Amino acid sequence: MSFDLQAVIDSLKSNSPDTILDIKAFRNETTLLIKKEKIQEFCQYLKNNFDFKFIVDITAVDYLERKTPRYEVVYYLHRFGPEYSENVRIRLKVEVPEEDTRVLSVTPVWSGANWLEREVYDLFGIEFVGHPDLRRILMPEEYDAHPLRKDFDVRNREPSKRCFEKDLKEGESGTS
Amino acid sequence: MERVEFITDEIDVSAGTRTEALILNMGPQHPSTHGVLRVVLHLDGEIVVKAIPYLGYLHRGIEKLCESITYQQCIPYTDRMDYVASICNNIGFILTVEKLLGIQDEIPERAKVAEVILFELGRVESHLIGIGTNALDLGAMSAFLYCFKERERIYDILEMVCGARLTTSYPRVGGLPDDLPENFNEAIRNFLRAFPKTLAEVDKLLTRNRIWIERTKGVAYISAEDAIDLGLTGPALRGSGVPYDVRKAIPYLGYENYDFEIPIATDGDAYARYLCRLEEMRQSLRIIEQAANNLPDGPYIADLPEIVLPRKELVYTKMESLIRHFVLVYEGFKTPPGEIYHSVENPKGELGYYVVSDGSGKPYRMRVRGPSFVNLQALPKMVEGRLLADVIAAIGSIDIVLGEVDR
Repeated sequence: MSFDLQAVIDSLKSNSPDTILDIKAFRNETTLLIKKEKIQEFCQYLKNNFDFKFIVDITAVDYLERKTPRYEVVYYLHRFGPEYSENVRIRLKVEVPEEDTRVLSVTPVWSGANWLEREVYDLFGIEFVGHPDLRRILMPEEYDAHPLRKDFDVRNREPSKRCFEKDLKEGESGTS
Repeated sequence: MERVEFITDEIDVSAGTRTEALILNMGPQHPSTHGVLRVVLHLDGEIVVKAIPYLGYLHRGIEKLCESITYQQCIPYTDRMDYVASICNNIGFILTVEKLLGIQDEIPERAKVAEVILFELGRVESHLIGIGTNALDLGAMSAFLYCFKERERIYDILEMVCGARLTTSYPRVGGLPDDLPENFNEAIRNFLRAFPKTLAEVDKLLTRNRIWIERTKGVAYISAEDAIDLGLTGPALRGSGVPYDVRKAIPYLGYENYDFEIPIATDGDAYARYLCRLEEMRQSLRIIEQAANNLPDGPYIADLPEIVLPRKELVYTKMESLIRHFVLVYEGFKTPPGEIYHSVENPKGELGYYVVSDGSGKPYRMRVRGPSFVNLQALPKMVEGRLLADVIAAIGSIDIVLGEVDR
């Protein structure tokens, strides 16, 4: 029996109307906009009931001054079909306002989300509540900015300069 | 910052030797970490209790850089991720932009078939390095030399096609920038004739080699459930017995028309991953042969003046072409607003591009899902509770490229 994504979305929509806020399709890719508080629960539900066992990607987009809420966290899930041929992919989105950049972590659902969420935390400053080990991953631990935010000043690089000066000061006091 | 501490003065030999947990810092400058990877190892004797990878030493912010340049200008940046198979990164990115533009049907058949050949050459090249360096790390120098000799031949073909050996930046959105060289088919034939011999030699040197088996069999084990849960792809996943390959699962470039198998091994250890890579190279040869037999003549780039640069001689002689060239180079082609995710089966696993377009000539956001980055997550699980020497075998068998891990 083939997997009918549209039927599943319809049933999801009727069962939990307050979880799925919007459905979009562009170039055969389906995107569901999920309520922020429900994301972990919804992912667990998709994994348990519809076999979305594989997390492909987690990332974020900063829509500074283009959209409110400012950030979107994007999840890309994969469902292995029988014989690994009939595969279904779905994109989930969560809107994150600037004032409260906390989202429930999905690492308890898929352990592969661990580093992907750490990267989003590192580069966008979005905090994942319930993540077992939320540290920076690509930037230095003491770095004080989130480079993929749109208001990060690439040319003047003030944050990194400040960071360097702090290091220098600590180094001097450490040796004396 | 962790430090390596040796405590020697308190040892009282008469009362038996005191033992102490040792923290060992491996990398970032270490020949067996395949780049600048740092792993902090907590050791109990020779057993690894805990392994913590630290990344970011090669972070160049490619995703941020791509936000300020046009789509065509992004292509050279994709080379610098998995630089062992840069042609595969290029083609993956181009397919993503073509999907965003909705022009997949306009791409001429000649370009598609040529891209398949180059993609599979990239896979063979990457697997040769993957196997060769893994063997070199474990002391088998000769296999490495055989692999690198063959890799040179692939570089010669790439050089013939696009003028560059390592950083190819080759195809363009819409097809190939120029027609394939005249002796392309002949070079592919020569390669197809010569390569199986080298492959047989590598096979002979390693597959039944006692030392190689002892060092890789049962080492760096990962079960199929764990592999799926951790999001592993590529030979790291197929070595655990999951026959998932993007080329079959979500075909692109017409891969559904080629006759090839997805090799799997069920043991989930470093040896299984080695066997997968070896067999995948044979399957790649099958694909290259089929593609070379069916390489059609005809146009090599789509006839889309609003996307494709005009030919150089027209730029020099025709005013309209010069204007078009100028606009395309300065502003880039316009893309419809929207977001797109496209995956290709890179040699190391699933390479995904996520592009958000706001309708201008530059990507509003470009995200790269590097297979090495996700696959490296499995390292602690593979080595904890095992011997220190197995860490080397594990890193080599995941086959990471730090350019792609850190981006």
